[in-house]
Amino acid sequence: MLVQNWPLGLRVGLVWVLFWGLAITFGSLTVAAADVQQSIAVVKELGPEGKNHLAAMKAWRELAASNPEALPAILKGMQGANPLAANWLLGAFESICDRTLTGGPVNEALANGAEKLPVAEFEAFVKDTTQHPSARRIAFEWLSKVDPSAGDRLIPTMLLDPSPEFRRDAVARMIDGAQKAKASGDQEASVASYAKALGGAIDDDQVKVIAEALSAAGKPVDLQQHFGFIAKWNLIGPFDNTNLSGFDVVYPPESQIDLSLKYPGKELEVGWIEHTTTDEYGVVDLRKALAHHKGAITYALATISVPTARSAQLRLGTPNAWKLWVNGQLVFARDEYHRGTFFDQYAIPVDLVAGANTVLLKVCQNEQTEEWAQEWQFQLRACDTAGARIEFGQ
Amino acid sequence: MKLKPSVLVVCGLLLAGWYEPQVYSEDWTQFRGSDISGVSTKGNPPISWSDDENIAWSAALPGRGLSSPIVVGDKVLVSACSGYRQDRLHVLCFSKADGRLLWERQFWATGRTISHPKTCNAANTPCSDGQRVYVLFSSNDLVCLDLSGDLQWYRSLMGDFPNASNSLGMASSPIVVGGALVVPIENDSQSLATGLDLSTGEPLWKLDRPKRANWTSPVIFPGSSASADLAILQSSAGLAAVEPLTGKVVWAFDKGASTIPSSVVSGGIVYAPSGGITALDPRELTDHLGANSSPPSPKTVWKVDKLGPGTASPVVWNDRLYTINRAGVLLSASVQTGEIVWQLRLQGSFSGSPVVAANRLYACNENGQTTVVGLGDASGEVLAENKLTDTILCTPALSDNFIFVRSDQRLYCIGAN
Repeated sequence: MLVQNWPLGLRVGLVWVLFWGLAITFGSLTVAAADVQQSIAVVKELGPEGKNHLAAMKAWRELAASNPEALPAILKGMQGANPLAANWLLGAFESICDRTLTGGPVNEALANGAEKLPVAEFEAFVKDTTQHPSARRIAFEWLSKVDPSAGDRLIPTMLLDPSPEFRRDAVARMIDGAQKAKASGDQEASVASYAKALGGAIDDDQVKVIAEALSAAGKPVDLQQHFGFIAKWNLIGPFDNTNLSGFDVVYPPESQIDLSLKYPGKELEVGWIEHTTTDEYGVVDLRKALAHHKGAITYALATISVPTARSAQLRLGTPNAWKLWVNGQLVFARDEYHRGTFFDQYAIPVDLVAGANTVLLKVCQNEQTEEWAQEWQFQLRACDTAGARIEFGQ
Repeated sequence: MKLKPSVLVVCGLLLAGWYEPQVYSEDWTQFRGSDISGVSTKGNPPISWSDDENIAWSAALPGRGLSSPIVVGDKVLVSACSGYRQDRLHVLCFSKADGRLLWERQFWATGRTISHPKTCNAANTPCSDGQRVYVLFSSNDLVCLDLSGDLQWYRSLMGDFPNASNSLGMASSPIVVGGALVVPIENDSQSLATGLDLSTGEPLWKLDRPKRANWTSPVIFPGSSASADLAILQSSAGLAAVEPLTGKVVWAFDKGASTIPSSVVSGGIVYAPSGGITALDPRELTDHLGANSSPPSPKTVWKVDKLGPGTASPVVWNDRLYTINRAGVLLSASVQTGEIVWQLRLQGSFSGSPVVAANRLYACNENGQTTVVGLGDASGEVLAENKLTDTILCTPALSDNFIFVRSDQRLYCIGAN
């Protein structure tokens, strides 16, 4: 470095200036960090495609320089934040926790201050189910680092928690209890524990374990009902999708729903038919319900009724291209073919009105000839943000 | 907040030149190395190892991943994902010297996390400009942290482009090139590539790309200086060389290319997985003249069908091109003509790409077995077959005399302790 060649006096001077410069700088950061709420508000203004990045970066630095007393405010600030802004806030939260708890390299000087995490406020936040579900989980994990008993204290109460991760842990504990009860010969307690676990289970792997155990005990589980799959449909098709040309064509069902009408189809006149799937995972196989068409489109129409207006998610699995309308409004469209089909492949947030809601799905098949590209099917369920079925009628 | 004077004094000493920071000989800052060649010219990694031999250290990971580790100075960085839905994103930083976890940051996926079971959300390899690390996930969450773990910026690219996803999972790695971050997000639906400002994450440009699932990663075509480097984007349509700061397509090759193994550049020639391997020479191309003219095409030097790679990307070393074909056969070909000089059957299936150091090729199969091949002119010699009891799907990273690989559970530093 060039400074190595400087006179000793000059170098000592540099150290002195640096000392006070850094002290003043970090001191000012502390003052700025006092306005945690303002920094959080700026971060929450983050938008798509880099919108507000520069202001958010400045606010983030101020936020991350805060003392641990700011942590509860950051957690609460995640409520109402868009998913992007929530991640920025999470980054600030973890930076503060890390240097506070571990004395890690983020800022060793601060770590030497030995501030402690506000664990009592963390626990209160975890228990407050009105707060951001993922933020509650993060608070729990940092709480558990300093209080390993927190899991035993909190998780058993979380069978119906809005956070999927908490629910999963609670269900796992109940499954474990059921298995131990069975191993000890208490079949009645085992079945009771499995049945209770089913009430909170939202993940397919856990539901499968529970359903198998209950079925073996003579208490079969209605998976279609448990997950909230929509079973009753009206189907119409095929319409033309030769050369993928039909994806953006507005065929009559997109502009008019009248189950008594018939329309020109791909080859013949087509009309609506009723179809109820008996598949336990709600799969509607269009090759069986209609025929094995290629380069074709089918529309599937269902009505679901809810007692009060609410937000929900429609979760779709299909290997085909698709468009989805709820009450006549297009909510999502995707033109991907045969890249696999999975349970809960797509989660589409929707607003349902009180009473009947129409769900219209356009399912497009291409003309690939490979064996793995023949599926023309879908499964659709209605659930809350955690993945638990919502109550609806058909 | 209180700062110990000693900390400030150390900072002062550092700047005043009384303390010389340790110089680390070799970084490996992105997928297949800092220059994306897959070659270490400085290191001499071990020839043999096992679960119990020549493992300098290993460290537990909190989740799955196919992404490669990268090495920046004295740090090894790697991504992972966890949770039933793969929606918890992790960025971890370890001490290169001893495997100590220096920091970990977590985030929540904002995009779709569904993938084929063999892959996962942490499939894309991170990259670094030496000051920051850029971590892309299959869900198109893009995190930028400094090397202390402090967030610099975060982009939700699926929030910006809601149909930019692949139900089988995305895997293309972003690269740092020519002063920008080039991010490929190519798929059957909303397919694009974008250039981002390294320090702010703000968009510099966006290119619409062929609507076709694509798992290849860009490579660097060196210019007369680092700022003149080009990013070569590969797709089913072929190759497009773009200016990193503007997105301007400088030249293009339109004869198609693979969507799984990526190209490699050596000596000014691009070896593209296209109709086997096609060697392209773009060196004499001048910039295309106007907005309405098509970008010029590079000269085809040779094309050899039999050199077609399977999943692994090719590597060039000492005037030889090496590919591993779908049958797991390592092929050594002349870079001048494409003529296959020798071949050697390897064991297993390969998801990661081979790397080269000390005139040896390291090919790590999915069962955790790495075949070390001595690279001779007339033949290749299997020097060792080293087994780790783990599934390895990543491309190894090389730094100094060490090899870094990761599984779904652990990060390994292979080398003398």
